[in-house]
Amino acid sequence: MSRINLELPGLSLKNPIMPASGCFGFGREYAQLYDLSKLGAIMIKATTLETRAGNPTPRVAETAAGMLNAIGLQNPGLEKVMNEELKFLEGYDVPIIANVAGTEVSDYVEVARQISTAPNVKALELNISCPNVKCGGIQFGTDPATAQELTAAVKAVSSVPVYVKLSPNVTNVVDIAKAVEAGGADGITMINTLVGMRLHEKTGKPVIANGTGGLSGPAVKPVAIRMVYDVYKAVEIPIIGMGGITNAQDVIDFMSAGASAVAVGTANFVDHFVCPNIIDALPAKLDELGVSHISEIIGRSHR
Amino acid sequence: MIQSERMTVVRQAKIAHNIFELVLQGELVQDMTPGQFVHVKVSDTLEPLLRRPISIADVNKQDSQFTMIYRAEGRGTEVLSLAATGQKVDVLGPLGHGFPVEAVPTGGTALLVGGGIGVPPLHELSKQLNARGVRTIHVLGFQSENVTFYEEEFSKLGDTYYVTVDGTKGTKGFVTTLLDELKPEFDAFYCCGPLPMLKAMENAYPEKEGYLSFEERMGCGIGACFACVCQTTDQVEKDYVKVCSDGPVFPKGVVQL
Repeated sequence: MSRINLELPGLSLKNPIMPASGCFGFGREYAQLYDLSKLGAIMIKATTLETRAGNPTPRVAETAAGMLNAIGLQNPGLEKVMNEELKFLEGYDVPIIANVAGTEVSDYVEVARQISTAPNVKALELNISCPNVKCGGIQFGTDPATAQELTAAVKAVSSVPVYVKLSPNVTNVVDIAKAVEAGGADGITMINTLVGMRLHEKTGKPVIANGTGGLSGPAVKPVAIRMVYDVYKAVEIPIIGMGGITNAQDVIDFMSAGASAVAVGTANFVDHFVCPNIIDALPAKLDELGVSHISEIIGRSHR
Repeated sequence: MIQSERMTVVRQAKIAHNIFELVLQGELVQDMTPGQFVHVKVSDTLEPLLRRPISIADVNKQDSQFTMIYRAEGRGTEVLSLAATGQKVDVLGPLGHGFPVEAVPTGGTALLVGGGIGVPPLHELSKQLNARGVRTIHVLGFQSENVTFYEEEFSKLGDTYYVTVDGTKGTKGFVTTLLDELKPEFDAFYCCGPLPMLKAMENAYPEKEGYLSFEERMGCGIGACFACVCQTTDQVEKDYVKVCSDGPVFPKGVVQL
């Protein structure tokens, strides 16, 4: 019997490890490296109604124990994602969490309505926290009333449970978490990247063409842990935690703070096999902690 | 096939100002073609975090060894320059699509033009072109004499010309300055260097077949993160390409310069 399987709204997870949206494309590239069926779930790249070209390059810059990115939600658009990318992923025994983005409420609603009907999409992740696009994204996720309204609108049309991805770029993340719960969210994913900037050593100008980018990687982990810890106390719905996870201990930390599962982002670029490696390392970690099932550690920092 | 391997350092040497030659041994060498690159984790710690894309300068399949030549200009490459013989280096590769060596028929002539740290991949390309019976002409541009390298290696393979911005070695100016004088006869050109060089080559030889190798800041190196995209000239069929997985080498005219 598995010691690391978990049940979340819409999701039967073989294990709590999933690659985070934006860090794994639509799985095709990593499928050349290992069997995607090994993963708990896959959070696919943000999907918008129309094709998005994204931001100018350079789009990434390294920082101390982290990186900045400003990709700008580049994706082939809803139709291609459904007909090509999700079809490709049907070849694997792994639930898909579709990250839904848009410019207007009506975009989110339309993408959610359609993509939630795909047979392998078991949950949606509502992207109200991307810091790298001018319209859509973060402005939906920084005002509690707007976040609640959008969640309710998407929830009304979705055929699968809806998770909302929260931004750390707010004064009080708990207010937003409560708002999306009130809007009917089935779960929360957190955190998205922190808005940051790196200047070029010689020119003094921002390295990233967009000026600012979203900071991710081990550097943001303490911020993410604190936010998961605070939100866990304030809401009843489950949290999928993310932010700087690179190994099994990081997973234990997030789950101790209150996450029911986790997503791995930037680490996929550093060790392309990090997700299967963590999955393999988890049972030994449970032995170290003296627990028989991974669910026993969820929220243990609060007990 | 892309592999992840802890490769062994066979030799490391400083061959010019801030320029290092590193020879690594391991199984993934067997799959390498000229113009491809590897993604190197320079440290086992989280700092520096990201991998470094580095081109392949020489492949020795018999000994399962390859050579990379890189400039130590930031923290990552500085750490890599400290790797000593016997040490293990975490390498992912080979990655991307390289130069088509079959583009020039046996008995034909290829013009190889490189700039700075864009020069190394041309060495393995030249070796393989020569092995196919193709004559190679090398035009290599650098800032200054103190950062030039591999003169002997390239000279063994074909006519080799150096161009430096400050005139301390070879012709003073840019590669196009020399090419205007030289007026070489060739069947196809291959170019790896800074964007202005790629653009100049594309403009200089509109009638010729040509292949350009691009560089862009990368995240994953395998095509998943969309960090290194370039706009294409054909905005109908495909509006962008990824340097890491669709490239780094593209036929002339594909990428918007």
